[in-house]
Amino acid sequence: MSAPNAARVSVGDVLPPLTVAVTRGQLVRYAGASLDFNPIHWNQRIAHSVGLPDVIAHGMLTMALAARIVTSWTGDPTSILEYGVRFTRPVVVPDDDAGATLEVSAVVGEVDAEAGTARVDITAMFGGQTVLGKARAVVRLP
Amino acid sequence: MAMDAGFIGRSFPHADPYVVGAAKIREFAESIGELDPRYLDPAVARDAGHVDVVAPPTFAILVIARAQEAVMFLPELRLDFSRVVHGDQRFVHHRPIVAGDALTSVVHIDNIRAAAGNDILSLRVEVTDPAGAPVCTAYSTLVSRAA
Repeated sequence: MSAPNAARVSVGDVLPPLTVAVTRGQLVRYAGASLDFNPIHWNQRIAHSVGLPDVIAHGMLTMALAARIVTSWTGDPTSILEYGVRFTRPVVVPDDDAGATLEVSAVVGEVDAEAGTARVDITAMFGGQTVLGKARAVVRLP
Repeated sequence: MAMDAGFIGRSFPHADPYVVGAAKIREFAESIGELDPRYLDPAVARDAGHVDVVAPPTFAILVIARAQEAVMFLPELRLDFSRVVHGDQRFVHHRPIVAGDALTSVVHIDNIRAAAGNDILSLRVEVTDPAGAPVCTAYSTLVSRAA
């Protein structure tokens, strides 16, 4: 698929979907990269002690993974002008090799041809439920 | 005890600029599976018109983290940090963050309110470069859950 541009993008366009496996190893790696060492993201004992079913992914990791559907679509890492999400449910990550499966889909919600931008509405699902609310990115189109 | 609403409208400049490193951008990008060479290879980034490698869209959380935490941990604010969850997050990028940037954060307390027994703190962090030009505005909502 060629890169989207303002003339060709329409409201309702569906972006190529993205499936990401989130493993315990990735949580540890993201903790180190982001310097977010909250133990609920790597320690089952602590997660249980605060009432969680298991270790959960960092909300900011889920947000970052969901953004990949947009950067993959535009093909430009700097195309995201605005990006916001609400953290509505945790992504629970089991201690196995498969991890948790995050399914990301997205649709063009608005096009501003004059500004050369589009709003992309993103849905991130885990275990059949959405984990992000009002996940929206405004992107610059070439 | 509820948070002190008298803090609404106050702002807190953070003394230390965050200096963006190429190695940190690489670690961050690889940890989230963003593998575009413009995050990883300075030569490719320069060919694309950037002064150095660019940061992924949510890298800004690292830039603002210390400034934001300095405000959240102010004892006078009375935020019960042990009960805090991240409610929402939004970034408005005025220009891409690139390696070598020295970025200053000013944290603004936009709102403090109570809802269903939770304390809700709305922060806005204005990130600027050494010339004072805007780089990113980050909006964070932190929820201290009812005890």
